Amino acid sequence: MVKKLSRRNETYITLVALALCAVIQIRSGQFFTPNNLVDLASALIVPGLFAIGAFMVIISGGIDVSFPALASLSVYATTKFLLNINYQGGILVPILIALALGAILGAVNGFLISWFSLPALIVTLGTASVFKGVMQGALNSTQLAVIPPGMDAFGKSALFVAQNAESGLTSRMPVAALFLIATLLLAYLVLRYTMYGRGLYAIGGNEISAYRAGFSVKWIKFLLYVAVGMIASLAGLVRVCMMGQCHPTNMLGMEMMIIAGVVLGGTAITGGAGSLTGCMLGTILIVIVQNSMILLGIPTFWQGFAVGLLIIIGTGVSAMQVSRAGAHRAAKGAPQVSRTAKGVPQ
Amino acid sequence: MNGMKWTRRGDVHIVRLIALAVLWLAFMAIFKFGKFFTAISFQTMGEQFPEFGLMALGVMLCMITGGIDLSVVGVANFAAITAGLLLKALAAEGDLPGYGIPLAILAGIAIGAAAGAFNGLLVSKIKIPPILATLGSYELFNGIAIVLTKGKAVSKIPMAYSDLVAGKIFGALPVQLVIFVVVAAFVGFLLSRTTYGPKLYMLGTSERAARFSGLKNDRLLIKTYTLSGICAALGGLVMLANYNSARAEYGAVYTLQCVLIVVLGGVSPTGGKGKLSGVLLAILVLQILSSGLNRFPEINSFFIPLIWGGVLLMVMVLDYFTEKGQRA
Repeated sequence: MVKKLSRRNETYITLVALALCAVIQIRSGQFFTPNNLVDLASALIVPGLFAIGAFMVIISGGIDVSFPALASLSVYATTKFLLNINYQGGILVPILIALALGAILGAVNGFLISWFSLPALIVTLGTASVFKGVMQGALNSTQLAVIPPGMDAFGKSALFVAQNAESGLTSRMPVAALFLIATLLLAYLVLRYTMYGRGLYAIGGNEISAYRAGFSVKWIKFLLYVAVGMIASLAGLVRVCMMGQCHPTNMLGMEMMIIAGVVLGGTAITGGAGSLTGCMLGTILIVIVQNSMILLGIPTFWQGFAVGLLIIIGTGVSAMQVSRAGAHRAAKGAPQVSRTAKGVPQ
Repeated sequence: MNGMKWTRRGDVHIVRLIALAVLWLAFMAIFKFGKFFTAISFQTMGEQFPEFGLMALGVMLCMITGGIDLSVVGVANFAAITAGLLLKALAAEGDLPGYGIPLAILAGIAIGAAAGAFNGLLVSKIKIPPILATLGSYELFNGIAIVLTKGKAVSKIPMAYSDLVAGKIFGALPVQLVIFVVVAAFVGFLLSRTTYGPKLYMLGTSERAARFSGLKNDRLLIKTYTLSGICAALGGLVMLANYNSARAEYGAVYTLQCVLIVVLGGVSPTGGKGKLSGVLLAILVLQILSSGLNRFPEINSFFIPLIWGGVLLMVMVLDYFTEKGQRA
């Protein structure tokens, strides 16, 4: 039944996205051109990676607003360190360093949330502030106009190049797109076929039931935030490579847009239900909205308003589905599950 | 029994806050006595803290219900920008008419009430979790504020407004402080002398129990978020007077600061617990902390988010242990 609902949600979001594409195509005539599509796909890489992390957290009934700050800090530290040692090698070492830093920072979140059973929102608001403070205060971050050559080369390498027949503009499909595909595949396999993945859904559905069913709630949550820290760091690294420079603060504030995309895709905000397909579709919708305002000739200062509206509509639709599903279940006489499980009995 | 428990818990917070304040004041007395303990320095504090203090009062009310209001800064800027634009428009043809300032203040408060009621509707009727509803509406209000100003600051506001709201009564008492005291007294009155208070705590303790005992939860939530919106709008109007301009980016750090104050003051993020006295004390402690930090120019201002975030996390972990100790 949950599956049916979410499937309906995905078709619905696809229709909305297609309608939007059609409108943009009619208004500008520039949407379905090879280079615009490739541009959109490459704009999707970073939000897509972030969204996978945010999706897994929301599935488990938590929320993480610290991932942009986490990614900024770990990528800034990585880039700065590699510049200091004058690193000339390939992309592998930066990735490993960023992943390690992401895991450590994610572990801070995970430790506070799982061991002390503190509310995830307030913990991540706090850690976001701490990460930002460490980056700007302790590391004294400034914009790095040059990044190590290996990272730069990786950001500029292309899988293929698309050209617009009319205007002659070309767009590259970055190799980094493979990271998104690989992460997506990995997340899909873990969520679908491992006990760990089923545990995430179980915790999100009802933490106490999951605990009694034998899931080690603390470890599952802890490892989740470590994994999300790693995914976020990877996303940050990809972004810096693709931009060819490291601007420490320009990722901050992305969290709401990403969460909006995940929730728009039909992920239950209370946890326990949702699919990766929906999550990616929702993110695509947000990316289209953001990238196409220029094509539609809408001034960019409307962007905040549009994103806010999308978040409220997306979470609203999702919330109404959750409460309708709850009412349906109650009407059928099945035991109603408390949506506000506050912690695992000690 | 339960009542006993949260009084005792509240006391732990208050004792901790007083200890922190005394330690900090002693520290400042030793290192920066001449610069910190002056009438002007305390007067400046009295002008500054109402900005976020007013917002924190709203966040407190929402958190007692088990929710949260993360849109306060968005509401404050929205209200301040509306009031600022209105003042400028009224003063466009020469002098600001006499009804100009009251009208602008009323418009700001009305915006706050409407924005708060909107939050309340999202939380109660549509049942969006408060975190997401208010983060989303923050983006929305902030977006509207940017659209209204095209991303620029609203400045050159008639000085009469700033002279009035950022003025001094008897040449010493900041008007902002008076506004804050009046609002805090009103909130205190609501919580302790009317049925609104007990209802609020009941809703926060158990939403279902409150519903089964006949409370109109939806109306209570809408009322609470509306109050929070009004508090935030007043904070915005104070900001407008203090800076004599308004902009969508102002006060960005206040969101975290408000959550920090409310948690520091002993309000439980899961709802049902917490007292106004704790929150008031937390507001004052935070102001003396940040004013004190300002006296050390060698501390980079970028460290402030680090300190606030660190204190917030530390307090939550401490709370975990106090609560655990009480349970045992």
